[in-house]
Amino acid sequence: MRNWTRFAAGAIALLLLALGLARVVGNEYFFFAGYVVLQFVVLATAWNILGGYGGYVNFGASAFFAVGAYSAVALAHAYSAPLPVQIFAAALVTGTLGFALGALTLRLRGIYFSIATVAVAVICETVVMNWSFVGGARGTTVLQPAAPAFFGSYTRLLFVVMTLLALLAVALARFIETSWIGRGLRAIRDNEEAAESVGVPTLKLKLLAATISGALMGVAGAPFAMYMNFIEPTSAFSLNYSVSALAMPIIGGSASWIGPVIGAVLLATTQQIVTVTVSSELNVLIVGALLVTFVVAAPHGILGLWQRLTARSGGRR
Amino acid sequence: MSVALLQIDALSKRFGGFTALAEVSFDVASGQRLGIIGPNGSGKTTLINCVCGALRHDHGSVRLNGADIGRLPTYQRTRLGIARSFQIPRPFHSMSVAENIAVALEYGAGQRWANAVTTRSASTEVLERMGLAAKAEAPIGSLTQVDLRRLELARALATQPRLLILDEVMAGLSSAEVDAMLDAIAGLNRDGITIIMIEHIMRAIMGFSERVICLDAGNIVADGEPASVINSATVQRIYLGG
Repeated sequence: MRNWTRFAAGAIALLLLALGLARVVGNEYFFFAGYVVLQFVVLATAWNILGGYGGYVNFGASAFFAVGAYSAVALAHAYSAPLPVQIFAAALVTGTLGFALGALTLRLRGIYFSIATVAVAVICETVVMNWSFVGGARGTTVLQPAAPAFFGSYTRLLFVVMTLLALLAVALARFIETSWIGRGLRAIRDNEEAAESVGVPTLKLKLLAATISGALMGVAGAPFAMYMNFIEPTSAFSLNYSVSALAMPIIGGSASWIGPVIGAVLLATTQQIVTVTVSSELNVLIVGALLVTFVVAAPHGILGLWQRLTARSGGRR
Repeated sequence: MSVALLQIDALSKRFGGFTALAEVSFDVASGQRLGIIGPNGSGKTTLINCVCGALRHDHGSVRLNGADIGRLPTYQRTRLGIARSFQIPRPFHSMSVAENIAVALEYGAGQRWANAVTTRSASTEVLERMGLAAKAEAPIGSLTQVDLRRLELARALATQPRLLILDEVMAGLSSAEVDAMLDAIAGLNRDGITIIMIEHIMRAIMGFSERVICLDAGNIVADGEPASVINSATVQRIYLGG
């Protein structure tokens, strides 16, 4: 309980900090880059709920991200729905997508789910390419509404919204991790047959995780078109999202909620800096190289390295 | 007369052309200590997999307290009171010993919304019983082979079973360790838990069981008191050849 109080206090402090920054910092680019970092915090945290805790790897995060973004666009075009409604609808659509995909493939143990996620990415992109209402392959423009006076610009508003979403996603992941749901998922990852034999309803739990994970990935993508003022399939379904969504938790450490946050902040910030100073093409290369390095040298990520370090110094004392 | 705890009727299981179980039927009374023996490949593990739900049988029925459980998934059978240990220990290796027990308490014994204190004391009780209390916070990687077997048993026990099925839980243990394990299991039986024990260690089977079933090629070839089963001509022929 005390832990939760501290966590909530920290979350509120961060939200207030984001609000303060939106008022104080003059450089617009800070918010433009900060939004991307926060978006990856949501995406990585979402991926980790099924991939990290449950051990079922999703290679199609880009599909969930883009379907979330396009759900928001479709609603904005059809009903001029406000941003909160767009985000909620995106969660509903991608949550359903996660559930449906899980229902089809999670009955079987092993890699079938992972294979299906690759297929889903291709199918969804093809559908969007041919859906003229949301612009098809040419893409479509999404106009940002006038920003409230408090924020000054819509990008600043989106920055604060994404901070809030990131905090909610992390709080949800933390709750899952520390509750019986998380213990059940870890049991599934460790040994599914043994988990079932001590009473864990493995299929139900996997479906729950797939639904929550999918919904949160859609949330990460929901404001994307609004943020860019424009959306087209190739960038929304970019492989970078799929790779980052799994690389960030693995590099940060997938055993705990803080791992994906560390990985996302570190990698996304590096990517932003490299994009500005070197080239935007180098991004994926950096993520790829780091992923390979960590998988080989430190499979438990930065968190695992840290724990080994503290355990060793604790032993010396 | 009351209904037997477990009723197995004409249970069959085939893998392709291979018949692993051929219409096996037997009852287990509540509180009984049943030993199952038989050569490798005789269908012992297949039998318990069908009882626990890890495998679906082809024909026949499995009843617990008179209710057909043959179509239920494993986790529901566990919640109805059937627990098992695996031949090769399958601990949850990313968790501590206490967390392994916590999963079984939460899911198997329905303590998901119990408060942390209740869960901890229940977990301590189970671990003390199996002589693992000192290692509650130990990571799985640090456990010895004996401890892994004890954990396997402790985790099954934490689901609060009525029927405990032990698949070669004593294989590879020393003579003294076998005795300690037998004592622990006998204690569970005295508390009212029905036990089915699959074992190759004859001393353990003979000392522990009040009834022994011998399987061979998916058929029950002997069923009765331990001494009469071991001395029967069929069992002698299966084990000693001739």
